[in-house]
Amino acid sequence: MSTPHALALQAINVSKRFGALQALDQVSLKLRQGSIHALLGENGAGKSTLVKCIVGFYTPDDGEVLLGERQQAIGNPRDAHELGIGMVYQHFTLIPNMSVLENLVLARPHLPAVIDWKKERQAIAERMQSMPFQLPLDASVNHLAAGEKQKLEIVKQLLLGVKVLILDEPTSVLTPDEADEVLGRIREMTRAAGLSVLIITHKFREVMTYADDVTVLRRGKFAGSAEVAGVDIRQLAEMMVGSEFSQTALARAAVAEQPLKLGIDALSVADDSGMSAVHALSLQVKAGEIVGIAGVSGNGQRELVEALAGQRPPSGGTIRVMGETYSGRRRELLRHGFHCLPEEPLRNASVPRMSVAENLAFRHYDQRPFSLYGLLRRSRMAAAAVQAIADFKVRPPLPNAPIGDLSGGNVQRAILARELGEQPNVLVVANPCFGLDFTAVTEIHARIMAARNAGAAVLLVSEDLDEILELADRIHVMSGGRLVYETTPAAADPIVMGRHMAGHGETAHAD
Amino acid sequence: MLPFAPFLIPLVAIALSLVLFGGFVGLAGADVQAVYQSIYRGAFGTWFSWQNTLTSAAPLMLTALCTALPARLGLIVIGGEGAVVVGGLAAALTGLVLVDANPWVALAGMALAAMLTGGLLIGLVGWLRHGRNVNETISSLLFNYISIAILSFLVIGPLRDPETLNKPSTHHIGDTHMLGALGDTSIHWGFGYGLIVCLLLWVLYKRTVFGFAVDMVGGNVRAALLSGLPVGRIVFLVCMMGGAAAGLAGMVEVAAVHGRANTSLNAGYGYEGILIAFAARHHPLAIIPMAILFGGIRASSGLMQRDHDLPDATSLVLQGIIFILILASEAVFARLAKRQGSAA
Repeated sequence: MSTPHALALQAINVSKRFGALQALDQVSLKLRQGSIHALLGENGAGKSTLVKCIVGFYTPDDGEVLLGERQQAIGNPRDAHELGIGMVYQHFTLIPNMSVLENLVLARPHLPAVIDWKKERQAIAERMQSMPFQLPLDASVNHLAAGEKQKLEIVKQLLLGVKVLILDEPTSVLTPDEADEVLGRIREMTRAAGLSVLIITHKFREVMTYADDVTVLRRGKFAGSAEVAGVDIRQLAEMMVGSEFSQTALARAAVAEQPLKLGIDALSVADDSGMSAVHALSLQVKAGEIVGIAGVSGNGQRELVEALAGQRPPSGGTIRVMGETYSGRRRELLRHGFHCLPEEPLRNASVPRMSVAENLAFRHYDQRPFSLYGLLRRSRMAAAAVQAIADFKVRPPLPNAPIGDLSGGNVQRAILARELGEQPNVLVVANPCFGLDFTAVTEIHARIMAARNAGAAVLLVSEDLDEILELADRIHVMSGGRLVYETTPAAADPIVMGRHMAGHGETAHAD
Repeated sequence: MLPFAPFLIPLVAIALSLVLFGGFVGLAGADVQAVYQSIYRGAFGTWFSWQNTLTSAAPLMLTALCTALPARLGLIVIGGEGAVVVGGLAAALTGLVLVDANPWVALAGMALAAMLTGGLLIGLVGWLRHGRNVNETISSLLFNYISIAILSFLVIGPLRDPETLNKPSTHHIGDTHMLGALGDTSIHWGFGYGLIVCLLLWVLYKRTVFGFAVDMVGGNVRAALLSGLPVGRIVFLVCMMGGAAAGLAGMVEVAAVHGRANTSLNAGYGYEGILIAFAARHHPLAIIPMAILFGGIRASSGLMQRDHDLPDATSLVLQGIIFILILASEAVFARLAKRQGSAA
């Protein structure tokens, strides 16, 4: 490695506390000039908090941040900006209905009162030549794909002349190909232009392929730091999860009796604009089986899950649970043990301003022991929540905190505790592991498998093909609102499935 | 954020409003200090003024609920005025039908009729919102105009008592059927109704299964649907309860004050209720002191007019200043809370 050893940025013994939660405890990090440094850790390990301390979004309680070799007071993100530190957040900060050019110009901190668009356009077009990604300046950001938006965010920072670029999980919205392109180009920039990059991730592959150094955090503490060339994945995994690391083997038990539990007959569902998103879809799920629905997002999976969850009325067809017509009403839901884990649990399955304990009680708040004669018994809810929080390792373990204050992974755990805390009879799951680290993923997979083994009928809708291949007993490919191909994990051929997912399968399979 | 911040915000806003109001009356040429004294004297200075204040507060508590209850669902309903009007009208008609009945029966019938009509009016607003996606603020505002027009038509036309010359009204419901006073005060029973209804609804929201469901629907409709809640029915019921409270205010005005339905029903209680609901941050218990405060401002307006030669609208100016400042401080504090919240 020919990287010079000068330090672009370092954090020394940074600590940050939020109420009862010690988010960062004496964490240090050294970013070398012209290198890519990966910050690795599970959800809630403190990666984002550390980075937010560096860019001045938070003020650390203790410790200091040095830029180069000098200590710099970074009081707010604007200071960080002046000092040449730029951050690309996990969620896009672009103005959707403006053009690429407008977004790039408006990102500058000091704008003249009147903008000479002709001049700006020329200047940016020229500088664009030296950028790692080329983007159409006149395209509206609305119409850019997620990958292009991510590139635009990065170009935006580079045009501002940042010397230190911080990326918060930049590849979570990208396909593997796009991720390789983005990270590869960034790596070239560090070599050619002396850019220093700090990248938050929990993907080992990206660390091993693109990073020079890695720092691992575990529960807010410094767990280790190394040159990537000198470590292997196993060592990193151990640093990341400590002694807890255990690969749960997914035992697939044979279930003797397999009555039909979930039946979908010719279900049609319209999307928000009233266009048909699911076309006369039929599907059966038996007890003790996981049926996986694979597909590229936007092929009607979301509308299908929403219809099953009672969040979107179907425009035709029927859903049957245990042979009875099912419409998602509370009585049916409880009688049939129908459980649903939708994607984006904070948006779909929780009330952010209500407490964790209340969110955990959504299924049974109107029954004993959580209420009696119509009056709530909150102490019972809290007691049950304490148990569920311990069982599902929700952090921080505070039943009375609003669930909206929890990190994404912990909201997912809490909702999991609600939906899988009791044995489901029918379980509908959508992208359960989106954005979660691998211990959480392993655990969620194990719990879904356990529910199946105990006789639940599971419908798993996922964009992650590996997840479907790992869990499912039968696989359907969904494309254009229809199930176009059926196979089993043993017989699955990724190339054939890919062709069907892309909508190029033989019509013979369409139903 | 400080635990008592929710109470602090309106208090600070009200204090600031009084300062601004001082500037206004100063510009109008009045002696600022003397005006403050008059407001205090007219509202809370003597037992007599207290009785006036509490009497004015009675309908305000009930109309505030018409905005505060749906607010829990994220709806901004401003139809309290209309619900007061139809409620009062229904109460007067029921009172005339039951004119020979036992006073208790007559009063119960009037209250029920008022709550039902007010409730249906605002329930319709909720149904339009949920079932037809009609903006609830606009529809409830328009219902106010429709209700007032219906009242005017009926009291000037078919239901007019020919003896009412200056102010066309329905016939009187009869003195024996009037709502009495609390003990030997001049405060009528409407104040008791207001207190009881506020307390009951606080318990309903805070302690019951229904309140929990309302929180779920108000917090995230998608999560409520996922849990199988009948969202449409809950929206309708909550709006209906709000409308019923305002309808009861109309009944109180008829049965305790005027004895008849006439255009005094649309004296702005409904609109002032919106203000109180926001000032109380839609909390049923906080509505009680806020309604008393605004009742005091109402009660003291006469004194301001008499002693300082200020126009009748002066108290409206004070109310307006308070309303704007409370809304503005809400926004400021929400931003502060967000900043602190994102640091957690």
